[in-house]
Amino acid sequence: MRKLLSTAAVVAALAVTAGPAAAQVEIQWWHSMAGKLGDKVTEIADKFNASQKDYKVVAVYKGQYDESLTAAIAAYRAGKPPQIVQVFEVGTATMMAAHGAVMPVYKLMAEANEKFDPKAYLPAVTSYYSDTLGNLLSMPFNSSTQVLYINKDAFKKAGLDPEKAPATWPELVQDAEKLKAAGVPCAFTTGWQSWVQLESFSAWHNVPFATLQNGFGGPGTRLEFNGPVQVMHIQNLADMAKKGLFIYAGRKDEPTGKFQSGDCAMETTSSGSYANIKATAKFEFGVAPLPYYPSVKGAPQNTIIGGATLWVMTQKDPKVYKGIARFFTFLSSPEIQLDWHKSTGYVPITLAAYEMAKKEGLYNERPGFDTAIMELTHKAPTPNSKGLRLGNFVQIRNVIDEELEAAWSGQKTAKAALDDAVQRGNDLLDKFQKANK
Amino acid sequence: MAMEKRARFRSAWLPYALVLPQIAVTLVFFFWPAAETLYYSVLLQDAFASKIQFVWLDNFVTLFEDPHYLSSFKVTAVFSALVAVAGLAVSLLLAVFADRVLRGASAYKTLLIWPYAVAPAVAGVLWLFMLSPSVGILTYALRSLGIDWNYYVNGGQALLLICVAAVWKQISYNFLFFLAGLQSIPTSLIEAAAIDGAGPVRRFWTIVFPLLSPTAFFLLVVNIVYAFFDTFAIVDSTTQGGPAQATQILVFKIYQDGVQALDLGGSAAQSVVLMLIVIALTVVQFRWVERKVQY
Repeated sequence: MRKLLSTAAVVAALAVTAGPAAAQVEIQWWHSMAGKLGDKVTEIADKFNASQKDYKVVAVYKGQYDESLTAAIAAYRAGKPPQIVQVFEVGTATMMAAHGAVMPVYKLMAEANEKFDPKAYLPAVTSYYSDTLGNLLSMPFNSSTQVLYINKDAFKKAGLDPEKAPATWPELVQDAEKLKAAGVPCAFTTGWQSWVQLESFSAWHNVPFATLQNGFGGPGTRLEFNGPVQVMHIQNLADMAKKGLFIYAGRKDEPTGKFQSGDCAMETTSSGSYANIKATAKFEFGVAPLPYYPSVKGAPQNTIIGGATLWVMTQKDPKVYKGIARFFTFLSSPEIQLDWHKSTGYVPITLAAYEMAKKEGLYNERPGFDTAIMELTHKAPTPNSKGLRLGNFVQIRNVIDEELEAAWSGQKTAKAALDDAVQRGNDLLDKFQKANK
Repeated sequence: MAMEKRARFRSAWLPYALVLPQIAVTLVFFFWPAAETLYYSVLLQDAFASKIQFVWLDNFVTLFEDPHYLSSFKVTAVFSALVAVAGLAVSLLLAVFADRVLRGASAYKTLLIWPYAVAPAVAGVLWLFMLSPSVGILTYALRSLGIDWNYYVNGGQALLLICVAAVWKQISYNFLFFLAGLQSIPTSLIEAAAIDGAGPVRRFWTIVFPLLSPTAFFLLVVNIVYAFFDTFAIVDSTTQGGPAQATQILVFKIYQDGVQALDLGGSAAQSVVLMLIVIALTVVQFRWVERKVQY
């Protein structure tokens, strides 16, 4: 017993004195990756910490995207911002309008003398997060896009070819009718309805969502998603809802539960749901590109990304910037990117990682896993499909969700719902522009 | 009458020192945020406070011109009325039953009090799982009865869901008070009425209920405040104000606009309006309803 105590005392004394001689600079990384994704994030941080001794990245799960953004803003207002915060794509305009609060990535990398070539990243991703001069403002990390998942077993039951997912919306309606006739309770549903059925839908069909290149052209942008193509599509979906072919099940990710349980045979949602679906679905499923309308010229164009990027907040002590820059270089290395892509379903952000995945035969092992990146690189982005940059975008999405719900329940026609959404959204844009003059 | 008991403190500072922690907490956690909210409601600012403009009452004007804010009033009014009435009625009924029961009385009372210990967010999630259109047990049961339960599309069903979850939680609290109130009524009164030939219903409405009125009044005030504020967690965990604003109560809209959308001026203005409404309601209740209370 005495020996044990004295050994313990020696160990404790050593531990206290054997702290790092030079203080490690801590980098706080606030993120919103829950569950398995969060474990992966922590793993990446640990790998970086093990690879060098000067900096320590501490990954902290701060809640969902909107919660962690609010926390970061509150911390900034209190004078203690985190070093890195993961902000979802709809927060881009808010972050960009934050004069003095944000350290743009291109500046960070240049000042730290870290090699950084924006052309090494997917153009669909960099265009979303660059300013009008083409400078990259935040570091891409987890980007996803929309895909169509189908339940192959349900297709077989309905007498449809399970390898042939519907490529166009008219085909999807026909397949849905056959599925319903075969007794499938829910033929089609969609997650993230605003993102999938309006925002990316507009890009996929090369029609504008808002003026001034969807907001990229500068302030003063106004919404335009009540054009004839979008009205036709929403009315189409509303008619499907009336016939019981489209079962609406929630604004965000809730509908994926219905697909996973086998209730719904087809779902359009984020490619990032791949990992969860693979883990829980007890049936064979397939991944296909978003359907399109062949009657619209120029469709399919390319889809827009969702997900988030890493923003650097201005720090009082510039010593930490070098560490952040080194971490970003580490994060963008093909090995880390490939591992992240394989474990999650988010697209590989760098072309090098994409090539590595192809060479490895990853897409032969997992058919459909490359659907997302193929949609993003389908054609070079046009002014209608670079992405969206709108102020008060979270509120605008709430407005769109509410109006679409009114359309699904039959309370309003698609045209009335979209017109109202545009009008309410424009008020919100006006408010944002006034507050950020 | 009753003896006046006053604690006499010899020292001049001790009473203040004893009360100081509580006052400090109230100042820091209630008055300070309230003052900040009042200040924010007359500002127009971006999320990072890099540009702040003083805009007088513009935020309030924008609010009242917004038809969706006004519809939020209606939803809150309907919701609070339902929760208060249903909550009081059901718990009064249960209290009356529990008062008469002789065998296993403490078992009933314990079980009826448990829901109060459940946090509102947990209560919301419980009901969410039972009634979720995707995976809920009760949903399957309702489907087998031919009822299509999908509160993502049906606004009435969504409102019903949050009413049920909110009332369920509050029943225990009301039940406790009603039970205590019932037990403080002298049985001699009730026996006298029974001897005179009054039936149980008559006895209840002419003797028991008036004697319960102080308790009922207190619970009415508490339940209305509960319906306005503490039900936030239930709405957040189940319907998030949808579908198409059918369950967007005022306190939830404040959260949506302030925390999710980072519109600090607008949501501060809404907070101020909500505070004024609840103050007005409480004043009304004390002035008018209290007259009917018989102490």
